[in-house]
Amino acid sequence: MTLNALVPLLVTLPLLGAAVALIAGRHRRTQVVVSIVTLTLVCIIAAVLLVAVDSSDLPLAVSVGGWPIPFGIVLYVDRLAALLVVVSSIVLLAVLLFSVGQGAADGDDDTPVSIFHPSYLILAAGIFNAFIAGDLFNLYVGFEILLVASYVLITLGGTESRIRTGVVYIVVSLVSSILFLSAIAAIYGALGTVNMAQLSQRMSELPQETQMVLHILLLLAFSIKAAVFPLSFWLPDSYPTAPAPVTAVFAGLLTKVGVYAMIRTETQIFRDNDVNTLLLIVALATMIVGVLGAVAQAELKRILSFTLVSHIGYMVFGLAIATPAAIGATIYYTVHHIVVQTTLFLAVGLVERRAGSTSILKVRGLMRAAPLLAVLYFIPAINLGGLPPFSGFIGKFALFDAAASVGTPLMMVLIVGGIITSLLTLYSLMRAWNLSFWREDEDDHGESETEARISYLGGAPAAATETRRRVIPRIMTAATAGMVAVTIALTVFAGPLYDVCARIGASLMDPVTLVQLEEGTES
Amino acid sequence: MDVSLTLIVIMAVLFAAGVYAMLERSLTRVLIGFLLLGNAANLFLLIVMGEPGTAPFFGGEGGTGDERMSDPLPQALTLTAIVITFAVSAFLLALIYRSWQLGQADTVEDDAEDRAVRERSAVDEDSMDDEVTEDDEEATTDFVGVETAPITVLHAKDVPGLRDDAPTDRPDAGGER
Repeated sequence: MTLNALVPLLVTLPLLGAAVALIAGRHRRTQVVVSIVTLTLVCIIAAVLLVAVDSSDLPLAVSVGGWPIPFGIVLYVDRLAALLVVVSSIVLLAVLLFSVGQGAADGDDDTPVSIFHPSYLILAAGIFNAFIAGDLFNLYVGFEILLVASYVLITLGGTESRIRTGVVYIVVSLVSSILFLSAIAAIYGALGTVNMAQLSQRMSELPQETQMVLHILLLLAFSIKAAVFPLSFWLPDSYPTAPAPVTAVFAGLLTKVGVYAMIRTETQIFRDNDVNTLLLIVALATMIVGVLGAVAQAELKRILSFTLVSHIGYMVFGLAIATPAAIGATIYYTVHHIVVQTTLFLAVGLVERRAGSTSILKVRGLMRAAPLLAVLYFIPAINLGGLPPFSGFIGKFALFDAAASVGTPLMMVLIVGGIITSLLTLYSLMRAWNLSFWREDEDDHGESETEARISYLGGAPAAATETRRRVIPRIMTAATAGMVAVTIALTVFAGPLYDVCARIGASLMDPVTLVQLEEGTES
Repeated sequence: MDVSLTLIVIMAVLFAAGVYAMLERSLTRVLIGFLLLGNAANLFLLIVMGEPGTAPFFGGEGGTGDERMSDPLPQALTLTAIVITFAVSAFLLALIYRSWQLGQADTVEDDAEDRAVRERSAVDEDSMDDEVTEDDEEATTDFVGVETAPITVLHAKDVPGLRDDAPTDRPDAGGER
C-alpha cells in the first residue's frame, strides 16, 4: 500500500518543485536546492519502486481520483518504467549539476535562471509522466508537458539563433502532437477506450487493415519524436544551438521517450499487427543515413546530433526483431544510449567552454591543454563507437545476437548495417578526437600561440555562437566525470543490469492486463 | 455509431486547410495552420464520441437511462486537448513576436549549416582526407585544395577591429594579446 502511494510522487514532486522554484525566482540558491532535492527524491523513489516491482511480477498501479480502473487515469510502474525513471532521474540530476556550475560561473547573463529551473523540473515531470502513463491520453499529456517545457528550454534567452532553430523544433513537435491526438481519437473511435491494458485486449477484435491504419498513425507520431530516419531531419538542425546542458538532456532523454512509446505501442497495444519488416528497413535507413550525416560534419555538436539519430536505429532494430531477447537488448541499449549520449554532449559542452568553439577544424591541442577533459571525451566516445569492454559493445552484441538467432536474410543485412554504422560512428568521433585533442600545433609556436589557435576566431559558419574561452568550473567537470563514471558502471555492472533488462523483455511479451492493474493497485 | 456527415466534412476541410497553412514559411500562417489542425483534431475527438445524448451526469439516482447519455470521455479528452492547444498557441505567439522583435521576418529560416552542406556539394569526394597537412594560415578544412571549401577559418588578424579579450584559465598565456 505504501509503495503504491509513491507512484504519483514521481510526477507531483517535480511539479511541486517547479512551482516552488518559480515562486523563488529571485533566489537562485533556493531554486538550485529545490531542484536538486526534488530530483534526488525522485531518483530514490524510483530506485525503491524498481526494487519492489522487480521482485514481484505485478506492476504497481494507482488509479488517480479513485475511478474504477478502465475509466479513470491509471498510472502504473512496471520494470521498464521504473528502470527508465531511475536512469533518467540520474541523468537529469547530473545535467542539473552541470548547469548549476555553468550558471554559478557565468551569472545570469546567458541564461535567465529564474525560468530555467522551473522549466527543467516540468520537463522532468513530463518525462516521468510519460514513462508511468497507463493510458494513451495520459501519455499524450506527458508528451505535451515535456514538449512545452522543451520549447521554453530550447529558446532559452531568446537569442536569434535559438529562435531560428527553435522554430523548426517547435513546429515539427506540434505536427507530431496533432498526429498523436488524431491517432488517439481514431483508436477511441474504433475501440472505445484509451487504457493500454484494455486496448491490448480489444485490439484483436478489429480487422487487420484497421489495426494497420491505427498502428501506422501512432508509430508516425512517435517516430517524429524519436527521430527515426525519414522523420529525423529536424533534430540536427535544432539541437546544437541550445545551451549545452539543455542539448545534453534533450539528446539523452527526449528521443528516448519516443522510443519508449514505440516499445509500448509494439509490445502492449498492437501485438497481433505486424509491421516489423517495415520497422527493420526504417531502422537500417536510420542507422546508415544518420551516421553518414555525422561523417560529413565538422562541428562536434552536429556530429553528436547525427550519431544520436543513427543510434536510434539500433533501438528500432531491436524492437523490430520482437523476440524477448531482442526487447531486453533494446532496453539495455536504450539505457546505455541515454547515459552515453548525455555524457558526450556534456563533454562537448566543456570543450566549447574550454576552447571557445566546437569546430573540430579550429580546436586543436586539447589533449595537452586539458588532459582531464580529453579523458572525459574519450571514454564515452569509444563507448558509443562500440569498442569491446564498454556497454555500447555489450548492447550491440546482444542486439546482433538476438537478430542472428532469428536468422532471416534481412536480419543479416541489418547486422552488417549495424556493424558498419558502429565503425563509422567510431570513425567520426575519433576524427574529432584526432583533430581537436590529439593534433598538436605543428609549427610548435609555443604555449601562447597554441592558445591563440584554440581561441575563437570567428567567421566560419560552423562557429555556432559567440563563444569565448572560459574557465571550466569544478562542478561542471565533476558532473561530467560523474556521468562518465555512470557509463563505466553500466559496463562493470552489466551482468545484473542486463538480467533486469532480460526480465523486462520477457515480461513485455505478456502485456499488462486489467486484472493485473487492479491487483497492482491493491498490493 | 451514427455520426454527422457535416462534422466529418468540416473536420476534413479543417485538416486540409491546416496542413496547407502549416506548409508556409510565414510563422503567422504556421500558427493559423496549427490552430486549424488543433481544432480539427478536437472535432475528430467529438466525432468519435458518437451520437450526442443527454449530459453525462444528467439524472443521477433517477436513472434517466444510460442509453441516452453522451459518452463523457471524449469530452474530457477534448477539453484537455483544447487547453493544451491554447497554451501552445500562446507560446507560439510569443515566439513570433520575439522573432519579429529580433528583426527577422516571421519566417522559418534555412539552417546555416544546411546551407553550408549544400554549397559544398560540388566538392570532389576524393579530396577528403583528414591526415593532410594543412597550409598553415589558410583555410584548414577537410577539403584541401578545393575552391569551395565550406568553412573558411578566419584568424583574428583577418577581422579588423576584433580584439580577443576572452578570459582564460591560464594566467601565463593569452588574455593580454
